[in-house]
Amino acid sequence: MTDTIIFILAGAFATATPLLLAAIGEAVVEKTGVMNLSVEGMMAFAAAVAFGVTHQTGDIVLGFGLAVLASTALSLVFSVLVLGFSANQIVSGLAVGILGLGLSGLAGRHFENLTMIGPGNQSVPVLSDIPLLGPILFQQSVITYLAFAAAFLTWWFLGRTRQGRILKVVGEDPAIAHNLGFAVVRIRLFAIIFGAVMSGIAGAYASTILTPGWSDGLIAGRGWIAVALVVFGTWRPLRIAFGAYLFGALLLGDLAVQAMGFRIPSQIMTSLPYVMTIVVLAAVSRNALLIRLNAPVSLGQNYRPSK
Amino acid sequence: MKTTAGDPTLLLQLRNVTKRYGTFVANDGVNLTLEQGQICAILGENGAGKSTLMKTIYGIQQPDEGEIIWNGDKVAVTSPSVARNLGIGMVFQHFSLFETISVVENISLTVPGTLPELAEAIRQKADEYGLDVNPEAQVHGLSVGERQRVEIIRCLMQNPKLLILDEPTSVLPPHSVQQLFGTLRKLSDRGVAMLYISHKLEEIRDLCHSAVVLRQGRVTGTTNPRNASSADLARLMIGQDIPTARHAEAKPSCEPALKVTDLSYENPDPQGESLDNVSMVVRPGEIVGIAGVSGNGQSTLARLLSGEIKLADTIADQIEVFDTPVGNVTPGKRRKLGLTFVPEDRLGRATVPNMSLSDNVLLTAHRAGLVRKGLIRRRTQANFADECISSMDVRSRGRHSIASSLSGGNLQKFVLGREILLKPRLLIVSQPTWGIDVGAAAMVRQKLVDLRDTGTAILMISEELEEIFEISDRIHVMYHGKLSASVQARSVTAEDVGRMMMGEFDQTMRAA
Repeated sequence: MTDTIIFILAGAFATATPLLLAAIGEAVVEKTGVMNLSVEGMMAFAAAVAFGVTHQTGDIVLGFGLAVLASTALSLVFSVLVLGFSANQIVSGLAVGILGLGLSGLAGRHFENLTMIGPGNQSVPVLSDIPLLGPILFQQSVITYLAFAAAFLTWWFLGRTRQGRILKVVGEDPAIAHNLGFAVVRIRLFAIIFGAVMSGIAGAYASTILTPGWSDGLIAGRGWIAVALVVFGTWRPLRIAFGAYLFGALLLGDLAVQAMGFRIPSQIMTSLPYVMTIVVLAAVSRNALLIRLNAPVSLGQNYRPSK
Repeated sequence: MKTTAGDPTLLLQLRNVTKRYGTFVANDGVNLTLEQGQICAILGENGAGKSTLMKTIYGIQQPDEGEIIWNGDKVAVTSPSVARNLGIGMVFQHFSLFETISVVENISLTVPGTLPELAEAIRQKADEYGLDVNPEAQVHGLSVGERQRVEIIRCLMQNPKLLILDEPTSVLPPHSVQQLFGTLRKLSDRGVAMLYISHKLEEIRDLCHSAVVLRQGRVTGTTNPRNASSADLARLMIGQDIPTARHAEAKPSCEPALKVTDLSYENPDPQGESLDNVSMVVRPGEIVGIAGVSGNGQSTLARLLSGEIKLADTIADQIEVFDTPVGNVTPGKRRKLGLTFVPEDRLGRATVPNMSLSDNVLLTAHRAGLVRKGLIRRRTQANFADECISSMDVRSRGRHSIASSLSGGNLQKFVLGREILLKPRLLIVSQPTWGIDVGAAAMVRQKLVDLRDTGTAILMISEELEEIFEISDRIHVMYHGKLSASVQARSVTAEDVGRMMMGEFDQTMRAA
């Protein structure tokens, strides 16, 4: 029984990692008023590239690097459309997302259904020997530590630094931000690239560490869950981290329950993570004032300064 | 690059500044000089190029031609941060504060320093200039007056030498205006120069040392406003004398168009305005004006009359339109009885900002044959919109213009034109000339008088006493949700009405 609980609580960190990385990236993008719906496509393309490169060269760092370049390249296409030509953000995001899915199929064509051995987890010395907590918290992948560190850093950046406030007010009212002398388009571009880097790491993690292997459709909607986490976490990094972890725990709980042979219809168990995450996040975030203070007012609206 | 190019005793010189948008020339060879401590009014109608000129000085946009000389040196103001470093601050008409963060966080965006340091500096400035501001307050909870004080303090934090104020009083209640002027005079005494954009001629005569008048992008005159009459200033602005509304004696009929009896309303919002036993009658062929300082219940009264707030069924007869109790019915049903309503918010309440003028026509004119069997009759709609635009001289790029692209005055003419074309039997209009220039305001008032002469009953709610006197036949005054008895506009003096606006009803009622 203890083993099962440790399996769920520790595995939840690993399952949550790609969701959290992508959601933190998307939260920063949305905070500047840009809705980039190509997260799923960016993750898929990055996952295919990361697996292919790592499989061929054996160098996982190179795999991650090229994966990040791949997702960033996609986000630049999105940026040209949205920031350059003021195209509709939703449509552009969907289009670039579909492009990313297509490219992932192309890049992964020769690696379909291949697997490899992942790099394994890193135990933090001393701390990982603590009973119960050690295996749950301190025997994770580097990327998992990075993801939760990123959530804290983003929370600190948005809430505590002047740069973070500038990023946030660009999303509240880009016209005023421009009048005060901030480079709205450049700030939005940096945010989009940050989002793409995070999506790239998320995708690469999914195909090389979480389940080291490639098959088309590997990302399986994780990008969309990340987008949903941003909204239901009301754009607050720590809420998003909580939501991602909850989702991961429920997903693994489902496996554990099935393995233990409880007679609960599998449809209910499979849908539980989705339903429960939304219900819980919506319940803890139902303060209308806090939503109003955190939601980026100009989300989805393009801004071009007049010359 | 710095070259000594101008008179170093002058703070600011503009030479031949020209700004074009495509083929439209917004500023055409503007020259202007400003000394330390001088308060200079920038006067002009909407679209005369005032805001464009200020944006150029503040570096939001660059001039196509001409030069800006600051303290004798030619400068290129390439961005607002360059302007701020030179010592130029700007208080925007529609404030440039972000609602989701606190006062001190807003100020930290443009002023260096840690939050605790800035909060302390804000308190000091606030004390120094008598501007009451709490640095920790969240901006979304502040009133417009408080927001403006924050804007001014933000500028003062950078010890500016020049302050640009874009219609600072357009959003303020009258008692805050005097407070603002006190602060501005104190700044002027300390050597801060100001460029002051306003439509309000009386204010300019009160505050400013000089006035530059713009018309169609050009400087048409420079004058000392203290020696010029309001009529002189207005003539420079619009290029001709302002027509005052012709205003014959009213010939009201006896049957009331609108009858309000003992109307009380407790506003569920504790900060909102309530009404206390309001009674009045408006007859066809007369204009009844409701004067009063804003916030005394006028906006609640307008919403109750238009149907935006409905009464309970049992007291529906407290509001009667042509002898029909309407207190509990929707705005649409009231409009069927011949009532039309022009609210004070032109964008958002009278029009949909992102829709074209011809689609905005549909909002209220769908009853006038523009819709048949649920389908829009495009040609009738277009004709209606064109007629509205031409009859009211609405300056726009035609019926396909987006409502929010029109200036305030032109949009108000459009809204009023739309309601007048519906041939109302009763028109309720709230703040008809709020924030619009004198030329457009004169036209709006004349149209109201013309409409009255066709036998329409008109109820006008306005804060501008001059306007109330210019076109009303009878005047009520609102104070703390109470409505005074009516007085005849031709026999009462402005002083009497002024006293009533301070709540002294009873004596005046005995006198009248």
